[in-house]
Amino acid sequence: MTGIIKKIAQINFGLLSPENIRKMSVTKIVTPDTYDEDGYPIEAGLMDPRLGVIDPGLRCRSCGSKGGDCQGHFGHINLARPVIHVGFADTIHKILRSTCRNCGRILLTDREILDYKEKIDNFLRNEENITNVLKEIYNLARKDDCPHCHQSETVRDNSEKLMEKFEDLVKEIEGSGLKVDSKIVEQIEKSFETLQTVLEEQLTSSLRIRELESQYDISMDKTNLLQVLDTIKNKKDEGLSTIDGRNLKKKAMANYVEIVDELLKLLDSEIHDFQNKMDSQTLKTVEKFLEEISTVFEKIDEKNQVKLGTFHKYLNEYEKTLKKFLETLKKFEDAKIELLVKAEATRRTEDDIIRHIAELEFEGSDEEVTHIKDLTENLVKEIEKSREKEIKEDIKIDKPVSLVEGNYKLTPSEVRDWLEKIPEDDYFLVGINPEIAKPEWMVLTVLPVPPVTVRPSITLETGERSEDDLTHKLVDILRINQRLKENMEAGAPQLIVEDLWELLQYHVTTYFDNEASGVPPARHRSGRPLKTLAQRLKGKEGRFRSNLSGKRVNFSARTVISPDPNISINEVGVPEMIAIEVTVPVYVTEWNIEQMKKHIENGSKIHPGANYVIRPDERKIRVYDETKESILEKLEPGYVVERHLMDGDIVLFNRQPSLHRMSMMAHEVKVLPHKTFRLNLCVCPPYNADFDGDEMNMHVFQTEESRAEAKSLMRVQEHILSPRFGGPIIGGIHDHISGGYLLTRAGSVFKEEDVFQMVKKSQLPMPEPKNRDWTGKEIFSLLLPDDLNMVYKAEICRKCDECLREECKNDAYVVIEKGELMMGAIDEKAFGAFSGKILDSVVKEYGTDHARQFLDSATKLAISGIMKRGFTTSTADEEIPREAKDRIEELLNNAEKRVEQLIEAYHNEELEALPGRSLRETLEMKIMQVLGEARDKSGEIAESYFGMDNHAVIMALTGARGSMLNLTQIAACVGQQSVRGGRIERGYRNRTLPHFQEGELGAKASGFVQSSYKSGLDPLEFFFHAMGGREGLVDTAIRTAQSGYMQRRLVNALQDLNVNEDGTVRDNRGVVIQTRYGEDGIDPAKSDFGKVADIDRIIEEMRIKAKADK
Amino acid sequence: MDIKKVEKAVKKKKADFPEQLIQEITEAAKRHELKAGELDELVDTLKKAYERAEVESGEAVGTVAAQSVGEPGTQMTMRTFHYAGVAELNVTLGLPRLIEIVDARKKISTPTMAIYFEEDYAEDEEYVRTLANRIGKITLNDILMDFNVNYASMTLSIEIDEEQIEEKRLDYDEIIKKIEKAFKKVEINKNLLGFEPTISEAKHAIRELRLLADKVRDLQISGIKNIGKVVIRKEGQEWVIHTEGSNLGAILKMEGVDKTRTTTNDIHEVEKILGIEAARNAIIREAQATMEEQGLTVDVRHIMLVADMMTADGTVKSIGRHGISGEKASVLARASFEETGKHLLRASIRGEVDHLTGIIENIIIGQPIPLGTGSVGVIMKQRE
Repeated sequence: MTGIIKKIAQINFGLLSPENIRKMSVTKIVTPDTYDEDGYPIEAGLMDPRLGVIDPGLRCRSCGSKGGDCQGHFGHINLARPVIHVGFADTIHKILRSTCRNCGRILLTDREILDYKEKIDNFLRNEENITNVLKEIYNLARKDDCPHCHQSETVRDNSEKLMEKFEDLVKEIEGSGLKVDSKIVEQIEKSFETLQTVLEEQLTSSLRIRELESQYDISMDKTNLLQVLDTIKNKKDEGLSTIDGRNLKKKAMANYVEIVDELLKLLDSEIHDFQNKMDSQTLKTVEKFLEEISTVFEKIDEKNQVKLGTFHKYLNEYEKTLKKFLETLKKFEDAKIELLVKAEATRRTEDDIIRHIAELEFEGSDEEVTHIKDLTENLVKEIEKSREKEIKEDIKIDKPVSLVEGNYKLTPSEVRDWLEKIPEDDYFLVGINPEIAKPEWMVLTVLPVPPVTVRPSITLETGERSEDDLTHKLVDILRINQRLKENMEAGAPQLIVEDLWELLQYHVTTYFDNEASGVPPARHRSGRPLKTLAQRLKGKEGRFRSNLSGKRVNFSARTVISPDPNISINEVGVPEMIAIEVTVPVYVTEWNIEQMKKHIENGSKIHPGANYVIRPDERKIRVYDETKESILEKLEPGYVVERHLMDGDIVLFNRQPSLHRMSMMAHEVKVLPHKTFRLNLCVCPPYNADFDGDEMNMHVFQTEESRAEAKSLMRVQEHILSPRFGGPIIGGIHDHISGGYLLTRAGSVFKEEDVFQMVKKSQLPMPEPKNRDWTGKEIFSLLLPDDLNMVYKAEICRKCDECLREECKNDAYVVIEKGELMMGAIDEKAFGAFSGKILDSVVKEYGTDHARQFLDSATKLAISGIMKRGFTTSTADEEIPREAKDRIEELLNNAEKRVEQLIEAYHNEELEALPGRSLRETLEMKIMQVLGEARDKSGEIAESYFGMDNHAVIMALTGARGSMLNLTQIAACVGQQSVRGGRIERGYRNRTLPHFQEGELGAKASGFVQSSYKSGLDPLEFFFHAMGGREGLVDTAIRTAQSGYMQRRLVNALQDLNVNEDGTVRDNRGVVIQTRYGEDGIDPAKSDFGKVADIDRIIEEMRIKAKADK
Repeated sequence: MDIKKVEKAVKKKKADFPEQLIQEITEAAKRHELKAGELDELVDTLKKAYERAEVESGEAVGTVAAQSVGEPGTQMTMRTFHYAGVAELNVTLGLPRLIEIVDARKKISTPTMAIYFEEDYAEDEEYVRTLANRIGKITLNDILMDFNVNYASMTLSIEIDEEQIEEKRLDYDEIIKKIEKAFKKVEINKNLLGFEPTISEAKHAIRELRLLADKVRDLQISGIKNIGKVVIRKEGQEWVIHTEGSNLGAILKMEGVDKTRTTTNDIHEVEKILGIEAARNAIIREAQATMEEQGLTVDVRHIMLVADMMTADGTVKSIGRHGISGEKASVLARASFEETGKHLLRASIRGEVDHLTGIIENIIIGQPIPLGTGSVGVIMKQRE
């Protein structure tokens, strides 16, 4: 009723900073309790009234609005210690791994940083996903040494500090008057000095490596090398193929090829672990190869030498590039070795110092000695610590949130400190937008507490309150947080604090995601895992898929469906019970006010009544018998009356699974007695509905626009043609087909009085009386448009080798001339769903209105036809005479004998295996073939006794229901049962059932059912049949799940595609997917089975018309 | 009536027909011996039909295509293996194959090739057989006449069947060379070969001998990488090789192979060797063949759209969270498909912006979707 006033243009995502969390919070939550004894919410508790209200009677203490209007307000919990957010644990891990623990910069050289910044900028500008670039960065930024800060420098500074400390220590010793061995002190001093120089050297050599890095780019050389190698490979085949083929036997050539191949193979294996193996050793091998190649090359005759020339040149080039690469590599190696030597020297000096300090002995009072000893010990510790820092340990993640460096588990505080060190310039490279988020915010210091509206508590009938899972979790967090705080304040041992900290981390982790791998899920008292934040959003029952992408609606109904051949395909029969419940809002105007008054007078219980009236001030008033009068008095234009559903209203009708757009179509309402939805049988195929208890849904439109759209786009008649293949999907089924055949088959005549009765019933215009009997074809012609011409072969066509056309014995050659059915019987090919030819051309040539009328009348006529003739079937239809049974038995016995022969041949190894098959497989295939043929032949025998006077046969041949295979299985022989696409093998060891010998391969032992359904299966056959049947059931169950998921993925991937004004198909980013839809711009739903039109038919019609004009 | 005439007639009527339609008109014109006047009339009628059948802008072609490809999935069989054309080779068919195609699997379960030959060679059985033997995997076991493990002397002796070599069009010298290369201790006496195991420890001697026996038997003496069995068949007049396993790159380089018709069912290989356009056509061909084999009719245009979507970025991408759906621009669209938490968290630190241009985004926030009747608006003309 009201249009969209504001449109949401975009949604920005971001991370909440601790400040923001505090800012948006209305209160700090401290107490882990919710209500006091009187049932009032506790202040600063989880149900604090400032967080919003749910009860409609109360007012919110923060915003003052009533419950229901107040959307709630956040609170916050100050965490005693920082805690890692589970969702970001992985990201944090990656960031830590790719940044320097010293200076916080990303471990990329300046050049790399520039490159990647540009790359990311580019990607962001094009709205492309940067995940892959980030992955690349994470992989590259795993250097041992930080290119930005000089770790050695810090180590040097550190050692200076240590020396100062040592000097202080010496002074203190001197001051204290303790006696020390001055020699040792001197030695230590000396060692410190050497340490200084050695460190200096170490620094220079590490700087040298950095210099080299900026000079040469190894990765560039590497790509060069690979490129040349690639060309070699390509050129190789190119070069060789010119000589290949029939000249292959030339020895020199072959030799050459072989050596080259060998070389390439070697290089191929090199590529896999380039860095490790590309050394001088390889160079030597390669050189050797190249030499060999050259010598062999000279032996090749001149003609071929010329052909190979370019290729050979490439080999030489490769050699050159490889040498250059190795030279560079060598430089790096040398520098690295030097650095290692220097580092070793430092290490030794440090060891010296530590040893010497240990040698120190003091003489004096105990008190002072212990004091000094403490000091020295401290010094040693510090030296050791500074050494440890030199070795960079890889950081590993221990799911879900523990970050481990070597053996040491980083505390969240340390992680946070590290993340804080990362400069803003590097945020982009680790995948963080500096305008939106800071990495340290991924470690929580404050936890937002969602308003009560997000986690409402339920009052049970007993008056007991039951809290939401989130509230439970928040209580846990608060409790541990409180304990942690108290313990810390009381100065509890580190161990206890750490334990509590870990527990807090666990609760916060499960509060966010209770299915995080590596943590036991938090459980309710009853043992049910709690549904926390991530679970609320995730999956099929999560917020996204079940509350945002789909919603529960009003004005809908669901009930069992049943057939009604008397209503149009456009209609749906709605039970009165439903019609008085779902309503249509109608604006009261001067023109309809009288009508509306009548509805209100009827009230809500009598059918064309009204349930509610909406006043212009938007107040909704229920229509009761008592209030009727006053409403009627006030009713005037501007009111809205929600009147009952009535005949002619447009509603949406749907059956799940909604696999295609024809699963939801608009129908016209027809209010009918009883309690089921009624639908015309022709719309069963698009909905895939039957009446064995199926239920369907109905939705009533509430706005004029939706009704208009539905009526022009979604009405059943607009969907007769399926967009899948451009043919009819709505059409006659079952008895419509049998009826049509009985009506129109050769020799079918009706008395005129019967004809008129049938015509009347089919709502066709009354024809002129003929005063004689009518043929069925004449009756059917009444349906056809006067200028319809067509020729086609009916379903009953036996596909004879040579078509007799007009002289067809089966009356399968259908000819329609100027709307007259000249010959041929009407069956599935005429107006059946999926294949109706006449229906198809009626829709395409005369439009959907005409098609609907045609279908409604045709089906009714067919039904009248079948009613006049009478139609029934029973097992008697599948009866065959004794002699036929004997023949079939003989045939099957022969087949069985033939199988025995095959098995014997197999055992005697006389059987010849098919190419590429084992003997056993060959036997299986042959047996299957023999038994299959036997089944088919037995079927043919049975068929020869079936005639067109047999109702079951009529159904099978006209395409109404069932197949000849079904009939012959009932009458003659069921045939081979299969499991997993082959004969039955499973069961006992080497046999299917204990009734057989081990290793028996005969027909009976592997599930061949000789009996017919009618004669009955013996117990063994029955069992095998059940096996095959079960497989079928399992198969269907799995298939629905698999294909359902496939379709969901397909729809999700393609749903944003749209045909633009210019005819291109684009996605929502504007990327062109097709320049012209389907290469020709044709809509398959409007096409003629995928083609623009049937050119042959157009030409024929053109000629007929031209003739007539003359 | 030739194609030029038709083109002229089409141009005269200002009809924008695709090439294929013009081709069809020409053929029909030939068949019916159309006169010039009649041709004009035909083009006129067709123009009307064409305009009537054209897609309207705003049509949700993607959804319709997805439904048209997905809906028949329910009617497909699950039976994985079936004998397609060549009884000797197994090929994955039905729903599993269709899923494999839309998943753009790197390793398909049954790769196979159909190798056709150029005119000069197509009917040359001898040549085709020679090539087939170079393509297909042949192990030493296939050409053995006698195989003897002697536990007394701890040796292995085999006899090579010359007839087999002849039949398989192999080269004796080459085989011997390969054997010499693979085994150090080998004694060659024309067709009789003796092997000795290299024994490191006496107690494992018998095992070593047996291992050697297996190794000798499994020694590949001919064939192209990744290709197993081959089957030669006569199709009409020409000879065709069907293979188990696929290596398009190597096959196309062989002499006499018809590069225009030889195919593989491995889409990634087609992409690698022939490029993205070829991969697109391979997807269409494979998907359609799968549908047709099951007796289901699906308009090519739907399959084309799926294939185009999969290949639009220049590489073959799968349909699903690792491909198209996982790389959508919209956060909400990704979150509502799969891996909800991951996408939301990632969006938060990257500060992503959802511009709400897609379908689900607008459904989620409750606005009309930018498709069909939702993609148009009413513009009021302002009074002067």
